[in-house]
Amino acid sequence: MAGRFAKTPHGLRKERTEALAKAVFGLMASAMILPLLLIVGYLVVLAWPALGWEFLVDVPKNGMRDGGIWPAFVGTLYLVGISLVVSTPIGVLAAIYLNEYAKDSWFNRLVNLAVINLAGVPSIVHALFGLGAFVYAARFGYSILSASLTLAIMTLPVIIASTREALASVPTAFREACWNVGATRWQTIRTVVLPNSISGILTGVILQVSRAAGETAPIMFTGAVFFKAVEKGDLFPYGLGEQCMALSMHLYTLATQVPNVKEALPYATAVVLLATVLLVNATSIAVRIWLRGRKKW
Amino acid sequence: MSASTTAAPRPERPRLSVLGEKALETLIRLAGVSAMLFVAAIFFFVLREAFPVLANEKFSLTQFLFSTEWYPTSAKNVRYGTFALTIGTLSVTALAILIAVPFGLGAAIYLSEFCAPRLRETLKVVIELLSAIPSVVWGFIGLTVMSRLVVSVTGAPVGVNLLNGGILLALMSVPVIVSIGEDALKAVPDSYREAGVALGATRWQLVWRVLLPAAKNGLLAAVLLGVGRAVGETMAVLMATGHAVNIPGGILEPVRTLTANIAAELGEAPSGSPHYRVLFLTGTLLFLITFVVNLAADFAVRGVRRK
Repeated sequence: MAGRFAKTPHGLRKERTEALAKAVFGLMASAMILPLLLIVGYLVVLAWPALGWEFLVDVPKNGMRDGGIWPAFVGTLYLVGISLVVSTPIGVLAAIYLNEYAKDSWFNRLVNLAVINLAGVPSIVHALFGLGAFVYAARFGYSILSASLTLAIMTLPVIIASTREALASVPTAFREACWNVGATRWQTIRTVVLPNSISGILTGVILQVSRAAGETAPIMFTGAVFFKAVEKGDLFPYGLGEQCMALSMHLYTLATQVPNVKEALPYATAVVLLATVLLVNATSIAVRIWLRGRKKW
Repeated sequence: MSASTTAAPRPERPRLSVLGEKALETLIRLAGVSAMLFVAAIFFFVLREAFPVLANEKFSLTQFLFSTEWYPTSAKNVRYGTFALTIGTLSVTALAILIAVPFGLGAAIYLSEFCAPRLRETLKVVIELLSAIPSVVWGFIGLTVMSRLVVSVTGAPVGVNLLNGGILLALMSVPVIVSIGEDALKAVPDSYREAGVALGATRWQLVWRVLLPAAKNGLLAAVLLGVGRAVGETMAVLMATGHAVNIPGGILEPVRTLTANIAAELGEAPSGSPHYRVLFLTGTLLFLITFVVNLAADFAVRGVRRK
């Protein structure tokens, strides 16, 4: 029966294209996620025989064909820790400048452009810069210091971008209220803006960690080495001026430079690196979602 | 006016805290311009290491840019032609963008127009995680999983080639394209959508006739940033493209890119040698390429904002 609201052929056709469009775009979105799940699953399955506590705390043995990844793991902690100490204050202060002090002038537009370009510089160019500036010009040599400083500059835009976002999310009315009782600009920032955005800044810092932990090219020529003898489970094996091993570099070495390596070993290294980076990232995302739910304004 | 209404003298802040504040604000300003200093320093130090080779009589800039002969360690006749490497970078990037743009923009459209809010949040988290995967892990995937896949699907003799690198770079640049593209679509005012719906347009018609034209600058920026990511990528292409200096005749041939070439040879080039300096010159070239691409992306985005 043809009621008043029966669908016309035209309406039906519209619905069909609508459903088709949704399906096609949905497929495109899922085509992006499926490979991720498949690949991670595949890596984990192949890595399974080698994974375990012993793998993490043991040192590489038998010309890196066997054993664990402890020196590389600790090396990554060192590099990330030092780069974090350097880039956090600079990044946070830079974001404060850009969000709280900078007026809309041609100069500040240039500064913005510089931040964007710093984020876009290829990692291998950062490596060349680290080699030219820190290893040779500053005479730090091939060392943890040179490698961490290179990483710090490379990851600076991550901290700047997320800190800015956190600062910008504090309503202007908060600042105005504070200025009206006679506070200076910095007093306002210290007592109103920073306390209200500190957790957002924290997520940016966490992101920096994940970015720094995964990078290979910038440390390859500034301070990371193929192999370094370290005691099993030793927490402080390296000095600032020494070279160190790193997880990302270790994976590259195992995958391309070491012949006859035990099959599961590179896979297990890849899984540890991937798990570290994804866990750190997931923490940052979880903190952000929690914050959004708690926000009162 | 009686004396009682005159204000008490304003209490002064301790001199030290005023000075401290001044110092801190100077520090903030310094940090603020530091990004500019760092970009300039990167260019300066990379160029400084490269510069002496320009004066070397065995080196010619035209050969560097336009010759395909890369024989940096030849005993008799050293040649530093990076043209094949440039073509390598361009071909891998082009292939990656060819794959990534339809998928990336499609996914961005799905996220911003078709998807339920809860699913959208989940998908955005997945995209963020996808973009966090380190490039050396991508390279390892290319070397193992992808190369086996490429061999068994295409029947190529070797699995590490242009196709492999292109697919990897596509997977790596898709998250960039999706997140920037979604921002661009979100920036289109809702009144545009309402006007379309009021005229009886389906969502597909809305996307095709209204949103894409309105957001085209932002989408262009998304694609350009994807290109920037692909051009600068090092470890993944180093491990997955087969590493032969070669102008590819097909997608199953191995290539070498500008970035991979630096990563592979810098360790062997003695510091201060012409070979070492030419690698730094290649770095300068890469810096300039990505600089221009990022600048273009920024201009595209700014065009959107002005509207």
